[in-house]
Amino acid sequence: MPSSITEVYFPVLVQGVIAIVLAAALIVLSYVLGKRVKNKIKDTPYESGITPTGDARSRFSVKFYLVAMLFILFDIEAIFLYPWAVVYRELKMFGFIEMLVFVVLILSGFFYIWRKGALDWSYSDRARGKR
Amino acid sequence: MDAFIVISLIKIAVVAFVLLTAVAYLQWVERKVIAHIQLRMGPYRVGPHGLLQPLADVIKLITKEDMMPSYVNKPLYLFAPFIAVCMALLSIAVIPFGPTITVFGYQTNMQLTDLNIGVLYILAASSMGVYGIALAGWASNNKYALLGGLRSSAQMISYELPMALAIASPLLVSNTLSLKELVGTQSGNILHWNILHGPFPQIIAFLIFLIAGFAETNRVPFDLPEAENELVAGFHTEYSSMKFASFFMAEYLNMVTVSSMATLLFLGGWEAPWPAAYGSNLIPSAIFLVAGLTALYHAANPARKMDKYTLPVFGIVFLGIAGLFLLPLVQSWLLPLFWFCAKTGVILFFFMWVRATLPRFRYDQLMGFAWKFLFPVAMLNLLVTSFLVAWFS
Repeated sequence: MPSSITEVYFPVLVQGVIAIVLAAALIVLSYVLGKRVKNKIKDTPYESGITPTGDARSRFSVKFYLVAMLFILFDIEAIFLYPWAVVYRELKMFGFIEMLVFVVLILSGFFYIWRKGALDWSYSDRARGKR
Repeated sequence: MDAFIVISLIKIAVVAFVLLTAVAYLQWVERKVIAHIQLRMGPYRVGPHGLLQPLADVIKLITKEDMMPSYVNKPLYLFAPFIAVCMALLSIAVIPFGPTITVFGYQTNMQLTDLNIGVLYILAASSMGVYGIALAGWASNNKYALLGGLRSSAQMISYELPMALAIASPLLVSNTLSLKELVGTQSGNILHWNILHGPFPQIIAFLIFLIAGFAETNRVPFDLPEAENELVAGFHTEYSSMKFASFFMAEYLNMVTVSSMATLLFLGGWEAPWPAAYGSNLIPSAIFLVAGLTALYHAANPARKMDKYTLPVFGIVFLGIAGLFLLPLVQSWLLPLFWFCAKTGVILFFFMWVRATLPRFRYDQLMGFAWKFLFPVAMLNLLVTSFLVAWFS
């Protein structure tokens, strides 16, 4: 049975090494074994057989940034819940009230951004919200 | 210390081998299950009933042309499949398959290592998987790949929220982050499993976890990143040979992780549905006995010529396994393993069943579903659970 912290984390380390070796082996193997035939047509980005226009480094919808920002806000909140859940038996009602205050604050922010339309993905949703 | 290192290395080798074989055959099982749901035969040519298909696929994929397009961002293009597989392989290190057992006088866990932060470790490893897909989409320098990668990362981080909240509610009941202790708190019978255990049965959290799990692994009905009819193949449009297969390997590994997490968090892990005193240790034997007798019956009345020779072999193997489950020497580790694999297998089958049944979400519906429905419901479930746990303790 593992006792010290080194012994507990030793298998994680070995598993990490296996994961790295295996993932690298997959890429290297196909590089070594696969044949390569280059030509000009093959070396263009795939756009359903049509000659590609421009490149993919163009602008994309700001909604993706919005989702990423909201995710960071609420995920940090979710991570706060884990240590609270582990010691919950000892905290009992005190823990519940404390977390209720925290969650209500977070949820009021959540409903605010919901009202503001930050969670609406399509324009029809947004229009419906305004009415 | 030396014995510990040797045992750990043996365990890691066995788990890695079994996991990779299982993932290869999961692909075969999925193709068979979907084929039979759609009244087709599925893989049939390579080996009996297509059993060598996974091997043939690997050989084919490795020897295929390894494209390295000139317009991609090379380091990130290679790094993306690498990190996807790497992070998917890491999670298995903390998943327990059974209790502590004694083999040849050595006490050892049926688990690579019992981290006291096992749940967080798995969450962290699976979150890192997003990088594989996001980087693949961006580094490919292809419009379809970029859109697929963006969609996929937005979807995966959105569904991570309800998933994190759904995991937090059974933790309130079990009060531990170690996956082994988590199962320990659910021992006894089926009513002690977190999905049914009072004060507030976690069935809602289980459903949210499962739905979010489908989205996290990019499975139907959440397979927007590879929506063939609009994005060709999404984030892996520009990938070929084994780099292409790496993403699928990562997807199947993540499926195994999500299924075993659902088993451990909600379905009592390796615990039998009722105590051994009431005969739960006879169930595996009974199942294999029925399977063996069925095979022998069909061997006696063969529908095809081959059945006369193949089915008796299967019958005897099944009867042998049935007998194996009755041996007290191996029962202590075989029974927990059976229950763990059975529960995980049922969830994996459910993944395949859903894939063969449901159409795909529309993207705005998908995001709305995560943020406007799953997140508030998961939050409400968490609050109700915490209130009832505090009230009844």
